[in-house]
Amino acid sequence: MTAVTTTSSTSARPGGAPADSHDTRTAARARLVLADGAVFEGRSFGAHGGVAGEVVFCTGMVGYPESLTDPSYAGQLLCCTYPMIGNYGVPPMEREGGSAVGSGDDLPITFESDRIHASALIVNDYSEHHSHWHAQRSLAQWLADEGVPGIQGIDTRSLTMRLREHGSMLGRIEIDGAENPRGFEDPNVRNLVAEVSVAERTTYGSGDRRVALIDCGCKGNILRSLVGRGVEVVRLPWGDDLQGLQIDGLMVSNGPGDPSLVDAAAATIKSALDRDVPTFGVCMGNQLLARAIGAKTFKLKYGHRGQNQPVVECGTNRCFVTSQNHGYAVDTTTLPSDWRPWFENLNDGTNEGVRHSWKPFRSVQFHPEACPGPTDTAYLFDEFVRMIHQ
Amino acid sequence: MLHLPQTVLILGSSALKIGEAGEFDYSGSQAIKALKEEGVRTVLINPNIATIQTSESLADEVYFLPITPEFVEKVIEKEKPDGLFLAFGGQTALNCGVKLSESGVLEKHNVKVLGTQVPVIQNTEDRDLFRNKLDEIGVKSAKSKAVNTVDDAAGFAHELGFPVMCRVAYALGGLGSGIVKDETELRELVGRALRHAPQVLIEESLKGWKEIEYEVVRDQHDNCITVCNMENFDPLGIHTGESIVVAPSQTLTNAEYHKLREIAIKTIRHLGIVGECNIQYALDPESEDYRVIEVNARLSRSSALASKATGYPLAFVAAKLALGYGLHELKNSITKTTSAFFEPALDYCVVKIPRWDLKKFKGVSRRIGSGMKSVGEVMAIAPVFEEAMQKALRMLEIGAVGVVGSEGFESDDLERDLAEPTEERVFTVVQALESGWSVDRVAEQTKIDRWFLARLANIVRLKRELQAGSRGASDALLVEVKRAGFSDHQVAMFTGLTEDEVWNRRAAVGLKPVVRQIDTLAGEFPAQTNYLYLTYNGSQDDAEFPVDNAVLLLGSGAYRIGCSVEFDWCCVNAGQTLRKLGFKTVMLNYNPETVSTDYDEFHQLFFDEISLEVCREIAEKVQPVGVIVSMGGQTPNNLASKLDASGVKVLGTNPDSIDNAENRHRFSALLDELGVDQPEWAELSTYEEAVAFADQVGYPVLVRPSYVLSGAAMAVASNHEELETYLGRAAKVSREYPTVISKFITGAKEIELDAVAKNGEIIVYAISEHVENAGVHSGDATLVFPPQRTYFETVRRVRQVATKVAKALNITGPFNMQFIAKSNAVKVIECNLRASRSFPFVSKVLRQNLIELATRVIMDRPYSKPDKQAFELNHVGVKAPQFSFHRLDGADPTLGVEMASTGEVGCIGEDFNEAFLKSLLSVGYRLPIQSVLLSLGPVESKAEMLPAVRMLAEQGVELFATKGTATFLNDAGVEATPLEWPLDEKSPNTLDAIREGRVDLVINIPKNDQKVELTNGYMIRRAAVDYNVPLFTNRQLAQRFIEAIAARAADDLAVKSWGEYAMA
Ligand SMILES: Nc1ncnc2c1ncn2[C@@H]1O[C@H](COP(=O)(O)OP(=O)(O)O)[C@@H](O)[C@H]1O
Ligand SMILES: Nc1ncnc2c1ncn2[C@@H]1O[C@H](COP(=O)(O)OP(=O)(O)O)[C@@H](O)[C@H]1O
Ligand SMILES: [Mg+2]
Ligand SMILES: [Mg+2]
Repeated sequence: MTAVTTTSSTSARPGGAPADSHDTRTAARARLVLADGAVFEGRSFGAHGGVAGEVVFCTGMVGYPESLTDPSYAGQLLCCTYPMIGNYGVPPMEREGGSAVGSGDDLPITFESDRIHASALIVNDYSEHHSHWHAQRSLAQWLADEGVPGIQGIDTRSLTMRLREHGSMLGRIEIDGAENPRGFEDPNVRNLVAEVSVAERTTYGSGDRRVALIDCGCKGNILRSLVGRGVEVVRLPWGDDLQGLQIDGLMVSNGPGDPSLVDAAAATIKSALDRDVPTFGVCMGNQLLARAIGAKTFKLKYGHRGQNQPVVECGTNRCFVTSQNHGYAVDTTTLPSDWRPWFENLNDGTNEGVRHSWKPFRSVQFHPEACPGPTDTAYLFDEFVRMIHQ
Repeated sequence: MLHLPQTVLILGSSALKIGEAGEFDYSGSQAIKALKEEGVRTVLINPNIATIQTSESLADEVYFLPITPEFVEKVIEKEKPDGLFLAFGGQTALNCGVKLSESGVLEKHNVKVLGTQVPVIQNTEDRDLFRNKLDEIGVKSAKSKAVNTVDDAAGFAHELGFPVMCRVAYALGGLGSGIVKDETELRELVGRALRHAPQVLIEESLKGWKEIEYEVVRDQHDNCITVCNMENFDPLGIHTGESIVVAPSQTLTNAEYHKLREIAIKTIRHLGIVGECNIQYALDPESEDYRVIEVNARLSRSSALASKATGYPLAFVAAKLALGYGLHELKNSITKTTSAFFEPALDYCVVKIPRWDLKKFKGVSRRIGSGMKSVGEVMAIAPVFEEAMQKALRMLEIGAVGVVGSEGFESDDLERDLAEPTEERVFTVVQALESGWSVDRVAEQTKIDRWFLARLANIVRLKRELQAGSRGASDALLVEVKRAGFSDHQVAMFTGLTEDEVWNRRAAVGLKPVVRQIDTLAGEFPAQTNYLYLTYNGSQDDAEFPVDNAVLLLGSGAYRIGCSVEFDWCCVNAGQTLRKLGFKTVMLNYNPETVSTDYDEFHQLFFDEISLEVCREIAEKVQPVGVIVSMGGQTPNNLASKLDASGVKVLGTNPDSIDNAENRHRFSALLDELGVDQPEWAELSTYEEAVAFADQVGYPVLVRPSYVLSGAAMAVASNHEELETYLGRAAKVSREYPTVISKFITGAKEIELDAVAKNGEIIVYAISEHVENAGVHSGDATLVFPPQRTYFETVRRVRQVATKVAKALNITGPFNMQFIAKSNAVKVIECNLRASRSFPFVSKVLRQNLIELATRVIMDRPYSKPDKQAFELNHVGVKAPQFSFHRLDGADPTLGVEMASTGEVGCIGEDFNEAFLKSLLSVGYRLPIQSVLLSLGPVESKAEMLPAVRMLAEQGVELFATKGTATFLNDAGVEATPLEWPLDEKSPNTLDAIREGRVDLVINIPKNDQKVELTNGYMIRRAAVDYNVPLFTNRQLAQRFIEAIAARAADDLAVKSWGEYAMA
């Protein structure tokens, strides 16, 4: 692990400022076209190729490497509301030897997965000059290396306000002189989970308890959080039915797209609940758990898309700041009688998690694994690990 | 259920001083609003009479009394509060509260400290206890040791190895702290520090690490959030109050941001803070390693900044939490619907830059470091750093036009000035970049993060492109430079276009700023907020324009010497009156320490530059019925004519009349016409002319430039030689303006008149007198209202002159005039057609709001004529200046025609002596006086002082004196122990007497206030300041003080509230 400061300068600049090989001012013109007809003019950075998908936003002020590698953003054009992006460059891929002997990959520790999952990045002001001891390359370089386009010079605040009113919207990025998509493309009709989930069972870490993790598009820190607490984790493809697997607990990850397309996972959860396996779901995991127990979800007027979302643990005065990215919430009136709300959003009062009244089944709509975002609810992993030890 | 207290006592922060400025008026005002909302009775002690928190409409009872344990205890006895707020009045309130708790006073009277408890405060203020607390939870702090003696300090410093950092306990603003490189420096610094504070921390130097702060809020349920983080542009070693600060942090990764956030929450929970606090970190720029520097368990300058940066009202929330609320039970006051338990998401950045006035002081070191010297600050908001930074530099009003194009800040030694920065560091950095230094080289020399430097280099690049394109600069380039914060003025400078041409070109291509809301949620939820800024980095307005029936009100900008909280009071009161009158108030200001930038005070708040360009843009959008320029001091006043010329209607006195008063020639001609006397003067541009004029009118003469508020660059010359040296300096200060020389009148009284007129008729006026003779800037003088020692005839003449001038200038609104009076002859020094520094003081002593009246008059609305005249008052008000010389290493603490004070207090008493003593005790003088060191200056001065000194002797005060003074006194039959002059280095020496604390007071009357060199007198004055011994350098002031203490003892000063005086 070597510390890398600013990338070496490739073009002489007034004042000798270090520059990336990429120069925004000579970069191609680009535009973001929305399904409602709105057009935002900007310039391209990153990969030179247009793309279509669903346009979403996130209000976090830090963490673009984490967000971009979060599989939940698969198929989406991600708009950052914080205007200056790219400030600290991109760290090198570093891995931790977390895997059990003879199996599995080492865990990425600087990113949430092995690659960028978002389809594009939309920013107001791309920081051409980054600066950080741990940076290996610039954000533009990284996007280019991974074939992901970026667009900058966009009025991201106006875009965000437009998106918020629609929930989200389809859109495409067109870049002058590049190959561009013609129409719009709704990624949610695809089974995105299938695109980002692991191909086969993979084991990480070791310990005297084993947790099966249904990978719907799992963020690296869910794995690191469990492995770091001394349990063995078997990461499963989304459709895995747990056949032949001896487990002490079930974890259901976050993931992209429409939960109704991954009913197989909901069925697996149901079978685990029937066997009283301690279960913990996160984000999509929460929605899948809800489906598994027959509860309904509804679309929020305004989705929760940031790292500053307040939740309260129901029936207590305990509040936490959480990272969230969802547009649907569980309708608590449809919960079976043995289930109750666990967390609630302090802003709009919508549900943020459910639990069984006495059995060790729980799930949350927010991201206790953070990355990016606040680490207030990391203790939920402690509780889960305690549950599987009981 | 909440158990609310009945009466809460709130301690203010007293006079504004370096390190404790307007931010505490803002936090105190919010705390009172929060309490009022709960129906809790509030009692406030704060002698700072110009504050908004001491307004009639806020606290139920206000005491203009010193914040000392003695006075506070008396107020407690009288008002019987059951709760006490310590967190809203800075270090002053906190330290006083700790003393009251330690001495058992709080327990005795059953007063409960609300919010963070005293033992918790002690754990944060005592640097040793603090480090132990951190150790308990494995949080890292710098290697250090707390010491109470100089020898221990030296011992440990050797163990650590020099350089070491010395930090003082129970202090703020880095008072007395510093990095020392050897034992001599250490002994000097620690010796001095231990005179102010009981303890000094010696620790490893982390100079050059990133300095990061978090604002943390915690409730009694242990819910904890960080509302905002901030990154210092200037790395560790430069106090955060002296640093350019950016929020949110720009160079921290998610891992770093949240690691520090997590440690903040863990630390604050462990300490047990309830309410608001601030935690400061050092972060290694080469790894994730960190140290906690300190926790301030109270509202702070940073919390005011964070409130303004995010829209999250920290002080208001902290007050509610102190009452027992949980964060989740409170609402976000911007959205009104979402929860107060959340962390604002910003979709812009803010840049704060301190404002210094170091050039005003003789002998001060201009190097900045771990101790604060700045007197105010500005904050700029924009989506990108470049735009925010350029705005902020202009907001400072130091003549800078932005990052590039600013003249007068050249360094002649880049290496040195980058490594050992002065207050002009940022210009030095830009100069280096412009002269070919690479970002890397500047980074190495300064340790400023490359990200910031590269952004500055980007501005330099844009300037070059503008210059290359000159008049033919493309529209695309114009868009780019406007987005990077270039003003039209800068664009004009670099392209050769005129400003008007730039404005017109912009208009032609539709290159206009958009209005953005600060909504705390980055647009995630809809919010009806009125907190706004302008930017070119956007495509549509967030708010609806025009605004019906709106009045644009211009604020005062940065606090600086000569312009401070008094103008904020005027603006807020004008705004409140406008609202009462049914107007929509649109406030424009950019000073984060103010109440006028509190968005709940106005219909709309624009947090932006107060410049012609920005005012015009806002006026275009809002289309107000007019703009009020007379409430925010000189900054808006100077815009009057230009606004008028560009078609924006100026309300109140006609801009031409304003120019008629500001322009010395026009004003002088007017006075001649009216047959009103003025000191003889002439405008001269060569040295020969100047000497000839001085010879003609006779020395001493006063030399000054025009159009200044605080007497910048003015001086008195008593002979040819001084005139010559001074003209050398003055020429540098202002090249465009010719020098004005006037006859300096000695031995005269100075008188002020504050008044409100309508169509040239005076409706109400207030005349006050100075204790000091003319020659001490009115901002530094001790003001007495109503006058006690001025002849009735003089008062009558002053009134007559004011009546004539008001009529001639057809004044409508507030105005202020200054007079010199000598044996009933009255001369006019100046006239300002705007509210002045003394408006809040006279308004509050009279208990008649002159600003409300002025606002009604300006808007041509009905008003009621005041029912009480000043001479009917049964009490006296005295306003005294607060100096901050102890923060300004090396500065000579004398008074002159240049203003030097950083704040003021105003106290009320049944007679002059009582009000005077209260006000002096409020600015740091202490009683009783048992020993005095006298050094009385020229022989006339000695003679004049003799009766007063005799009074001291009669009271049994032990007298020490420098040799000449001792001889004089002993000859006159007053016994005084002679001490040796400092430079004679013999004992018994004056300096030792001061250092060892053997004297309670130093009276040093300087012989000549112009000499800059190190003289004996200077060393005595400086030692008094450095070793925290009260000092008088003005004869009249010293005389009045001695008379007052002879007439009244400290416990004979009535503890009466403002309301009680008003009833009498
Ligand atoms: N160990 C250190 N090495 C170098 N600079 C330091 C160190 N500790 C503090 N500083 C600098 O001194 C300044 C003042 O210290 P601080 O403890 O915050 O004083 P105050 O309580 O008066 O604000 C800090 O803002 C920081 O820049
Ligand atoms: N002719 C004069 N003779 C004596 N003192 C003067 C004279 N003119 C000004 N002063 C002193 O200088 C101070 C500052 O002058 P003034 O013109 O009021 O400056 P400013 O514009 O900064 O308020 C006054 O308060 C007064 O004490
Ligand atoms: Mg402090
Ligand atoms: Mg500090």
